[in-house]
Amino acid sequence: MSDARSKVRLDREHCRTLLHQMLRIRRFEEKCAELYTQQKIRGFLHLYIGEEAVAVGVMQALRPDDAVVATYREHGHALAKGVSANAIMAEMFGKQEGCSRGRGGSMHLFDAETRFYGGNAIVGGGLPLAVGLALADKLNGNDRVTVCYFGEGAAAEGEFHESLNLAALWDLPVLFVCENNLYAMGTALDISESETDISAKASAYKMPSNWVDGMDVVAVEVAARRAIATIREGAGPSFLECRTYRFRAHSMYDPQLYRAKEEVEQWKGRGPIKRFREWALTASELREKDVEAIEAEIAREVSEAVAFAEAGTLEPVENLLCDVVAERRA
Amino acid sequence: MTEISYREAICGAIRSAMLEDERVFLMGEDVGHYGGCYAVSKGLLDEFGPARIRDTPLSESAFTGAGIGAAIAGMRPIVEVMTCNFSLLALDQIMNTAATIRHMSGGQFHVPVVIRMATGGGRQLAAQHSHSLEGWFGHIPGIRVLAPATVEDAGGMLGPALDDPDPVLIFENALLYGNTAKVEVSHAVDIDSAAVRKEGSDLTLVTYGGSLGKTISAAQALSDYGIEAEVIDLRVLRPLDDSTILASVAKTRRCIIIDEGWRSGSISAEITTRIIEQGFWDLDAPIARVCSEEVPIPYPAHLEEAALPSVAKIVAAGHAVMGR
Repeated sequence: MSDARSKVRLDREHCRTLLHQMLRIRRFEEKCAELYTQQKIRGFLHLYIGEEAVAVGVMQALRPDDAVVATYREHGHALAKGVSANAIMAEMFGKQEGCSRGRGGSMHLFDAETRFYGGNAIVGGGLPLAVGLALADKLNGNDRVTVCYFGEGAAAEGEFHESLNLAALWDLPVLFVCENNLYAMGTALDISESETDISAKASAYKMPSNWVDGMDVVAVEVAARRAIATIREGAGPSFLECRTYRFRAHSMYDPQLYRAKEEVEQWKGRGPIKRFREWALTASELREKDVEAIEAEIAREVSEAVAFAEAGTLEPVENLLCDVVAERRA
Repeated sequence: MTEISYREAICGAIRSAMLEDERVFLMGEDVGHYGGCYAVSKGLLDEFGPARIRDTPLSESAFTGAGIGAAIAGMRPIVEVMTCNFSLLALDQIMNTAATIRHMSGGQFHVPVVIRMATGGGRQLAAQHSHSLEGWFGHIPGIRVLAPATVEDAGGMLGPALDDPDPVLIFENALLYGNTAKVEVSHAVDIDSAAVRKEGSDLTLVTYGGSLGKTISAAQALSDYGIEAEVIDLRVLRPLDDSTILASVAKTRRCIIIDEGWRSGSISAEITTRIIEQGFWDLDAPIARVCSEEVPIPYPAHLEEAALPSVAKIVAAGHAVMGR
């Protein structure tokens, strides 16, 4: 692995990209929360707010033909991978213009074009899938990489251990990204795991394993670039634990009885967007008016997405059984 | 036509599929160096090498999921889950990913994976190694479930299963592996319809997989009493071929379903209901069922035999339904 390839050039353009992508996720999801209270979005809605640096940082290291497997808290990952905001919003409205024809909703965003493989609402369920996507690439001699995001709660699942072992055993091109936000729904890490250092678990499977401050987008990007470069060169899987924090409730139903308000406030103080914006302004990489321009651009995109979703159409009930298996396809 | 065994038929089908299509590979526990728990893949490792005949760790969920992922990415994996008893450890991947992703993704992704597993009791392997779970899997929309009962089907179903763009589960009753027959090797068969294995006019016996042999023996025994039973081999448990069943029942007006699965909430219950829904007025007698007793399959031979469908039970049910 060459250091040059994993180096992050923090010029003005790149700072703008990082801030833009994180803010875009933040504003998009703030709108989602609002739309949820208006009952435009129903079902479960899991917000990524506070964790944006992880999706955005890792995604900087990917090529368009790399694959992503994510969880049910995946709006940010889908946006960062390049799935259109319109298609995601329409999906959440249950409209057939959505990225999964409206059939999946918030937890099941899919997009073949950007190689975005969901959207898995079973904790740990995405890991074997990622191993399989990578196995296909390995068998075909491609140098594509599959990134698999999951929370620290998944580390308690058998599929986590089975998948890490299999990927390492077969030298598969997977980057496992653990988004450790300290709570599996409402169960704190230290009351659910005997070893709370998740990256240490991965080391046991004989793969490079590191942890990084998941609230620092640049640190995440640097770590991801380093890992991806090694994986792409054929060295097998890597593991990256991003220590982060969810600012909002687990889902819209969660009264948050399991954590103190002070704890949340403390983490918000080191929020990834706040921190990066302050740094970029202080370092004169960005100016206030750049930030304003970014905000304006995002506001336009989000309101367009809402309009697109509102104008979307419902899939005809006659199509109900389409795509269960190939034969039924209309 | 060559005389081969059920296991050789499957091996031959895997071999031809691998020769024909580079995307095909086999993975599972002990499929390589051991040669397959039931010796199905013996010799394939030497012929195709470890990249295409992949021994896996005891990680049913991960390697089944990996097969599903590789299939989504364009490969044609054959996943061997040693027995259906262990498939429970892979159920999340089969049910929550393989069976859902086509619909849930709005038709963007599909899963051309084949998952094979041994099934059934009768070998004194006790409660955890004698399950017949194929009926359960038949509950799940989005997958196809096959139960080859003959040597011809064992060899002939694999190719079409690999051509199916959606997940196909193949249940091989472990007692059948040694059965032999003269067949055309790897001759593709259809994976849509049930087959009439013996014609008859008095009574329809519907069965599949490991119970087919018992059912044919029972039909022969009933024939000695002047009862001519028609034997239907379902072959495909999902989607069920209603029309073959209903056509037979319309002719015989009586039906018994023989199923090695348990009775409650079973495929036999499903078939019963379909006959009642679509062929109620054709019936001259209540539908009967011969299923496994509702008990974890016990180890001692006499108790196991009492728990599973048997020729005697089928014959007795035949007399009861006929009233003679």
